[in-house]
Order: sequence, then C-alpha cells, then structure tokens
Amino acid sequence: MAVPSVAAQPRPSIFSRLSESRNALGFGFMLPAAALLLVFLTYPLGLGVWLGFTDARIGRPGIFIGTENYQYLWNDKVFWLSVFNTLLYTISASILKFVLGLWLALILNENLPFKSFFRAIVLLPWVVPTVLSAIAFWWIYDSQFSILSWALQQMGLIDHRINFLGDPTNARASVIAANVWRGIPFVAITLLAGLQTIPQSLYEAATLDGATRWQLFRYVTLPLLTPIIAITMTFSVLFTFTDFQLIYVLTRGGPVNATHLMATLSFQRGISGGQLGEGAAIAVAMIPFLLAAILFSYFGLQRRKWQQGGRD
Amino acid sequence: MASVAIGDVYKSFGTVEVLHGVSVNINDGEFVTLVGPSGCGKSTLLRMIAGLEKISRGQIAIGKRVVNNVAPKERDVAMVFQNYALYPHMTVAENMAFSLMLKGVSKAESDAGVQRAAEILGLLPLLMRYPRQLSGGQRQRVAMGRAIVRDPQVFLFDEPLSNLDAKLRVQMRAEIKELHQRLKTTTVYVTHDQIEAMTMADKIVVMHDGIVEQIGPPLELYDRPNNLFVASFIGSPAMNLIKGEIATDGSPSFRGPGGISVPLAAAPAVANGHPVVLGIRPEHLRLSPDQGIPVTVVVVEPTGSEIQLIGRTAGGDEIVANFRERHSFTPGETIRLAAEPGLIHLFDGKTGTRFETRTGW
Repeated sequence: MAVPSVAAQPRPSIFSRLSESRNALGFGFMLPAAALLLVFLTYPLGLGVWLGFTDARIGRPGIFIGTENYQYLWNDKVFWLSVFNTLLYTISASILKFVLGLWLALILNENLPFKSFFRAIVLLPWVVPTVLSAIAFWWIYDSQFSILSWALQQMGLIDHRINFLGDPTNARASVIAANVWRGIPFVAITLLAGLQTIPQSLYEAATLDGATRWQLFRYVTLPLLTPIIAITMTFSVLFTFTDFQLIYVLTRGGPVNATHLMATLSFQRGISGGQLGEGAAIAVAMIPFLLAAILFSYFGLQRRKWQQGGRD
Repeated sequence: MASVAIGDVYKSFGTVEVLHGVSVNINDGEFVTLVGPSGCGKSTLLRMIAGLEKISRGQIAIGKRVVNNVAPKERDVAMVFQNYALYPHMTVAENMAFSLMLKGVSKAESDAGVQRAAEILGLLPLLMRYPRQLSGGQRQRVAMGRAIVRDPQVFLFDEPLSNLDAKLRVQMRAEIKELHQRLKTTTVYVTHDQIEAMTMADKIVVMHDGIVEQIGPPLELYDRPNNLFVASFIGSPAMNLIKGEIATDGSPSFRGPGGISVPLAAAPAVANGHPVVLGIRPEHLRLSPDQGIPVTVVVVEPTGSEIQLIGRTAGGDEIVANFRERHSFTPGETIRLAAEPGLIHLFDGKTGTRFETRTGW
C-alpha cells in the first residue's frame, strides 16, 4: 500500500515551539511567583543564615567567624531564658487557643439565632491589626489606668491595682492572654469550617447507634476533625512561636527579660543593639523548633490511615 | 421484632406542613415500602419512626409502646442511610461493633455478633478495611451489617440503593429481600423507585404530597389502583390514560377525543356524559383487526423479549403498548388496539377516584 506523500513541513521556529509546549507555558506562569519567593524569602533566609556565621554589625559587612555566635549563645543565660519563654508562650497559648477555639467553633456550629452575626463578630480580633490590639491591651494592662483592675476593685474582689506588666509572672500571663485573644478567631473559624464538612447523617447514625452527646463528640466529631485540627494547630503554633509585635508593643521583653521571646531578643540584639550576626544566629536557632513542629504535625497527626484511599 | 402503628401523623417544618395526617399499620415481621415521588414526605415519615424528626401531631407506636417522646436510641430501631453514613475513621468491624461498644457489650460478645453479621453478608474478608477502600455495593452491605448486628425491633431503609448502578441495584434488591426472609425483622423501606417497591414489599404505601394515596400488596395496587395517581405511578411503562366521558345511551362505553369509543363491561353509576379517565396497561392492549382504538405508529422499540410500541390516537393522546409477539410495524401506519373490557380501568374525571367496572376480580 502506497503511503500518501506529505509535503515536508518546515521545522517550526523555536518561539512557536515554545508557545505550544505545556511545560514552557507552565514555567512561564510560575516565574513571577518563583521570583518573588526567591527575592523576598529565599534570599533573606540565606542571608540570615550567612550572617549568623559572621560578626557583621550595622554599617560593617563582617567576616566569617564560624560557629562563634552559636558558641556564645550556648553560654548565654538570656538566650536560654528566651528559649524557655518562647516554649512556655507557644505551648500555653496554643493549648488555650485550641481548647477555647474548639469550644467556640462547637457553639457556632449549633443553630443559634443571629448565627452569621456572631460568626462575623468572632473574626474581629483576627481582623484588627496586631499593633492596634496590642496597644489596646497595653491600656488594659496599664499599672495606673487598667480597666481590669478598676472593674475588679469596683466589684470588691481586689483591694489594690494589679501590676500586670511589671511582675514577671503576671507579665507572662498577660502577654499569653493577649495572644490567645488574638489567635482564637483563626482556630475557631477554621475548626468551624472543618465541623461543617462532617456529614449530618453520621451524627444521626451514631444517635441511632445509641451515642450520647459526649459520645457523639468523642467518637464522631473529634476523630473526623483531627486532620483539620492538625493543620490549624500547626499554623497556630508557627504564628505563636514567631510572634513579635505583641511582645514588642506590650513589654519589649521585660520585666528583666521575663517575656523576651526568641524573635524579640533577635531584634533587640540584631537591630537595636547593632549585633547583626548575633541577632541572625538567634533567628536561625528558631528554625529547628519550627521544623520539628511541622514534621510532628505532618507525620504524627495529618496522615491518618483511613484518609488514604484505595489500596489494601 | 415489633409492629409499627402510625396513627394520623402530621409534620410541619415551621409553617410548612409536609405530612397531612398519615396512618399506616405495619404488622410484625412485615416488609413495607413507602413509595412516592420526591417531596412526598416518605423520608420524613421514616425519620419520624427513627426519632430523628419530632412528631408534630398524631402518634407512632413501636410494639405496644408509643414512641413520640422516646429518644432515638431507646426505640431499638436500626437505619440504613442513603449515603450509608459509615464512620470513615473506623474499619468495617469497628463500624459494625460501634453500637455494641456504646451499649457496653463485652468484647467477645461483640466480636461474635460482628462475625455472625459479616458471615450473613459476606463481609468476612473486608472486616479490617476502611470504608474508603470499599466499593459502593460493599459499603451498602456494611451499612446493613451495622443494622443487623444490633438485632433491632425494626429496620429502616432510606433509599438505600439509589447510589448504586443499575446492575448492582437489582442484585442488592434481591439480597435485601433474602435477608428479610431470613431474619423476619419488621422492615420499613423508603424508595422513589416503584419497581423496587413492587419487587420487595409485602405491602406498599403509596404517598403523594404528604398523604397516603393507597396501601396494599404490590399486585393489588397494580391491578386495582384506587385513583389516577396510583394508576400512573405504579407500573412501568405507565398506564395509558385517556380523558373522555361516559356514554350510557345504549351499551355502556367510553367516548374519547378523536371519536374513540371503547366498550365497557359495566357502567358506573353516573350520568351520561360524566367526565372520566380511561386507563389501560400497555401489556393489556392487543392488535385488533376491525375494532378498537385507531392508533398511528410513532416509534417501535424492540427489546428482544417484547416489542414496545408508542403511538398516537386521532385525539392526540399518546398510547404505549407492549407485545410479546413479534409483530412488525412501520412508523406512520395505522393500527387498531383493543383491550378486554375486564382489564380496563375507569377513573372519575373530577375526583380521580376509581370506578369499579370490572367483573370477576
């Protein structure tokens, strides 16, 4: 059988071949995002890691000094205090945010009157810029004009003003409370979204199976919410661990470094104190903690056997 | 096992009343289907038996006990949901054992119960799998297993087969029927598929717009539909219905549009010219050489086992006829179709209720 002859086509130009190629097109679309990430994330991260190995100061490039910054930090009591503070701050605030956020989400998931109004209200602390809410808290915690002290005094519960930010223990509790107030909406709204993906028929089936309200929560709600909880709390932990604004406005790390977090200490040493290299080293020291949190959430909580489909 | 008595039950959602006084008696061990078009209130009624919806008025009794104010879990009923409602985070075995675990049954006893149910349903090799790893039919079976394990007074099925493909649906239909014959548990089965209702039920409850249109065994509904709704709803292809009037001058007959005249076995006790609707099932029509309704052939659909003919009368009514014989028709030709007077249904054109015209049934 004769093969019909085809006129030899000219080879298409490089440009037209590129415009036909799916990969080239995909690469083209990816470029802007990649450029942004490289310039504003990868480069600063790389620079920070590099600075951590130098003795750079503001106005002086600095030279490579190996792990000297880290050796110094290893013996620095204030650094270790900030690590302890950060862990305390992150762990207690996250636990409170989780418990209160879940509780709020469960309430909002019920059929309340003015449901959408309440859902909007709950988001407010999240919407207000951190610095603004921090300044509001600064007033609430003020040693002279605190509305909290005033209200408690009026109710006759205390006889002298509370020194919210002046006493180490009080200061720690106060900044944690402010952080919790700010973080609850994120947890509550995300968990609410998760709650709404649980089919009503599962609750009905469990009710007919004889489950009480508590058992419904324990055996249906909680297990089905775990994947969302894992993601939400990972983000919440990351936000809390790297928190800076709230502390900087409320206490600047005081009193006597009692509320210094790694982020605020890094800023104080690096920018205010001009020791860029040392500040960078403190910032870099946060990375292992953050990685650990992500890995824990990824391997420990998110990947449930029942979520994986298909295979035996 | 228990009987279920539904006495004049009403249900309103806000100001909308969806059930307007429904009464059904379900005997111990009976398989009853609630059938009707979507929105007729059949699922609501089922959910009221389960206790998932409050009863607005009237009462429901399971066994001797009025359950209006009894919590769902105290009613001892098990339900199979349309989407199966399997707990995705539990294995098949855990799904089936869940109710026993909540009841505080010992591990050994619960394992034995799960084993027994899994054996009945052929689920033994799947016990350690998660719902995601199962096919639709297998999930359906697990949902039934979860119901069986509890050994309840009443099984409730809410359109359990509607998510399955046609072939599987036929297979599961037989399995559910067989299961009922084996366990003899009182069963209430909701479906919108009248074939499902006909093939499975001891007794069918036809519902429409929140009321019961007719209750009876499948063949009774088929042979003697109480009204136009049941006549058109039960049977596939549906009964041919032609509007016309009664003629009692001379021998009783039906006069329809386009000069159709169909002789009747007996005239109902109404005046000459009373509006009526004539009903003839497609399989009761046969070819007639000289008399009968003249019909123009529109479409011929041979299925192998039978030939389905769609035609049109001179009055414009569509007529469907099924023939077991292999007649050959050409579209456009005119044929005459007739039915035994004893197989003709007649309904009041005003109220839609049935006129008893048959003899010898």
